Amino acid sequence: MFAYIVKRLISGAIVVTLVSMGVFALFWFGPRNPALPLCNIDTSNRCRTALLHSYEENMGFNDSVVHQYGLWAKGVVVGRTMELGPRPYKCHAPCLGIDYRTKIPVWDEMKQKFPATLSLAAGASLMYLIVGVSVGVLAARRRGTWADKALVTGSLLISSIPYYLVALLAMLWFTISLGLFPQTGYFPITHNPAKWFAGLILPWLVLGIYGSTAYTRFSRGSMVESLGEDYIRTAKAKGLPARTIVFKHALRAAMVPVVTIFGLDVATLLAGTIFTERIFSIEGIGKWGLDAVTVKNLPVVSATVMVASVAVVLSNLLVDLVYSVLDPRVRLT
Amino acid sequence: MTTTASQDTSDRPDLSPEERADEPLLVVEDLTVRFPTHDGLVQAVTGLSYQLEQGSTLGIVGESGSGKSVSSMAVLGLHDMKRTQMSGSIRLGGKEIVGMSEHRLMKIRGQEAAMIFQDPLSALHPFFTVGKQLSEAYLVHNNVSRKAARVRAVEMLDRVGIPQARTRVDDYPHQFSGGMRQRVMIAMALINDPKLLIADEPTTALDVTVQAQILDLLQELQRDFNSAIVIITHDLGVVAEMADDVLVMYAGRCVEYGPGKEILTHPEMPYTWGLLSSVPDVSADADARLIPIRGNPPSLLSPPAGCAFHPRCDHTDKVPGGLCFTQLPELTPASTGGNHIKRCHLANPEEIYQTEILPEIAPDLAEVITQGNIDEGQREDEDEDR
Repeated sequence: MFAYIVKRLISGAIVVTLVSMGVFALFWFGPRNPALPLCNIDTSNRCRTALLHSYEENMGFNDSVVHQYGLWAKGVVVGRTMELGPRPYKCHAPCLGIDYRTKIPVWDEMKQKFPATLSLAAGASLMYLIVGVSVGVLAARRRGTWADKALVTGSLLISSIPYYLVALLAMLWFTISLGLFPQTGYFPITHNPAKWFAGLILPWLVLGIYGSTAYTRFSRGSMVESLGEDYIRTAKAKGLPARTIVFKHALRAAMVPVVTIFGLDVATLLAGTIFTERIFSIEGIGKWGLDAVTVKNLPVVSATVMVASVAVVLSNLLVDLVYSVLDPRVRLT
Repeated sequence: MTTTASQDTSDRPDLSPEERADEPLLVVEDLTVRFPTHDGLVQAVTGLSYQLEQGSTLGIVGESGSGKSVSSMAVLGLHDMKRTQMSGSIRLGGKEIVGMSEHRLMKIRGQEAAMIFQDPLSALHPFFTVGKQLSEAYLVHNNVSRKAARVRAVEMLDRVGIPQARTRVDDYPHQFSGGMRQRVMIAMALINDPKLLIADEPTTALDVTVQAQILDLLQELQRDFNSAIVIITHDLGVVAEMADDVLVMYAGRCVEYGPGKEILTHPEMPYTWGLLSSVPDVSADADARLIPIRGNPPSLLSPPAGCAFHPRCDHTDKVPGGLCFTQLPELTPASTGGNHIKRCHLANPEEIYQTEILPEIAPDLAEVITQGNIDEGQREDEDEDR
């Protein structure tokens, strides 16, 4: 088991490294001169050719791409001093670059933003499982009845409305018109847990319930299948109560495929939820990345891509570990 | 005594266990099971009656879809009553099963009657150790500690011949071979010492060599536990070895029922003849032919009019007035008498069997009984035409 985890972490590190190369290449060979945005930001869009050339020279864009990547990778490991225009900036390890706009190391900014995204992701994914799976199980147990049809139709209906509309309307009605929830926003849990909770409850509900509809349909199907298995008949023939049969025998088997999509969804949530963070003004990775894209703040954009790749690698590893716990037939080698 | 599914008759004073103490362990009377579907009403079992004494064995024989499993699952009340129409009476130890509440059924399942299923790999939960599954079956009916239940599980595994039961109790079903898995299934069924054991094709999914071991084990355990066994099979070899009584089912109805020896040596229903004809016998003369029953089992949505077997029967021309096509034969006593009953219009089935069927399937046997005077050549030509 331990050897397996180490092996997976090594292969995960290789994946993340390859992603970083890809991001770096995009940065380098992109349609625009990477020095231009910085120059524009520094001079409020009045960047002259001479100044641009000095930026390019200064940032090392005249060196080869391999040399540049080497410098960047070294910075990630041991830190470096970056030349950004007129003056150098100290960027300690792990150095992912300096934010063009704020001139703060990207890593430090990410440490600020990530807890918000993590809080949002944790609550929302919990809602996916609690709401989605329990509604799915309920529908499966009552399959064919009006309750089943109502639940499935309802979940389809919700998921057929565009998400940004749902989030926006929820925000407008519940927070602004009805005042049911406080003005949302992120407050660090370490400062004020009550405010943290109050600020996140509506985003959790909106994101969680919207996302749970997929889990409802998925776990319903999975549950109908496992309830039809021979071993469920055996459990019934043993004289076990219905509760035990459904929640111990059937649900355990039904959860295996649900875990797969859950892992992928958690990775997506950790990479930042752009609409949710934007609409509920939560300063997380998603909003950070979106804002960075609009002003071509390239170090930030590449940092958010790195976050996403790490999230995908880790959650996939986690899914495989959960598999082996759920199903004894799965051998980790 | 016919009751409907809506009444819980087991509470009625006239059906108290004391009064019915003289009754056989299992009494099935006029059992009818139907499943409403989108395509119509599936008439899975119609008017089935049989009895089973403590310690004896009943073999239920028939093709797939003849209602064998459906009728036996009804004995444990395993059908989803929301999707099933059931009528008639099933009394186990004097208690009426049809219409019994789910809560009371739970106490009977596994405790008084247990079931072994066809494919032990899919019938055991893949995610739990066999020890856990066995002790779960014990714990649900006995107020004991987990530790005691585990001891009992090891004991049962040992009893059904699983080597190193003490260590294997923590293995998962996929770590056992097919025969060992079926032994686990049997151990689980017998862990509460039930009075009735229903074995639904217990050897179908197994290797031939393992089949014999499992049947031997079942017989041995039956002697020790003195339980009654209903064995469902389409293998007449199994029936010949195990069953005291045999019930042949076709299209959801009983077509022949009686003592096993009687049915196997003097069958009086063409369907039973067909089943006997299609059993390979390695010890028989090389001239013995294997004759399949032509056609397919009938649809239970709209069973054929008259005798359900008439589309596949070779003997309808021997019944005057085309009765086979229009009128369902009643269950009547066979010509040999005793408790042997059959559902057939043929007036002289015994004679037809001895002169036409037996020479085909066991020529050596037929010669002893009767000097056959039928035209062998003509029969063979007919067979080749099929």
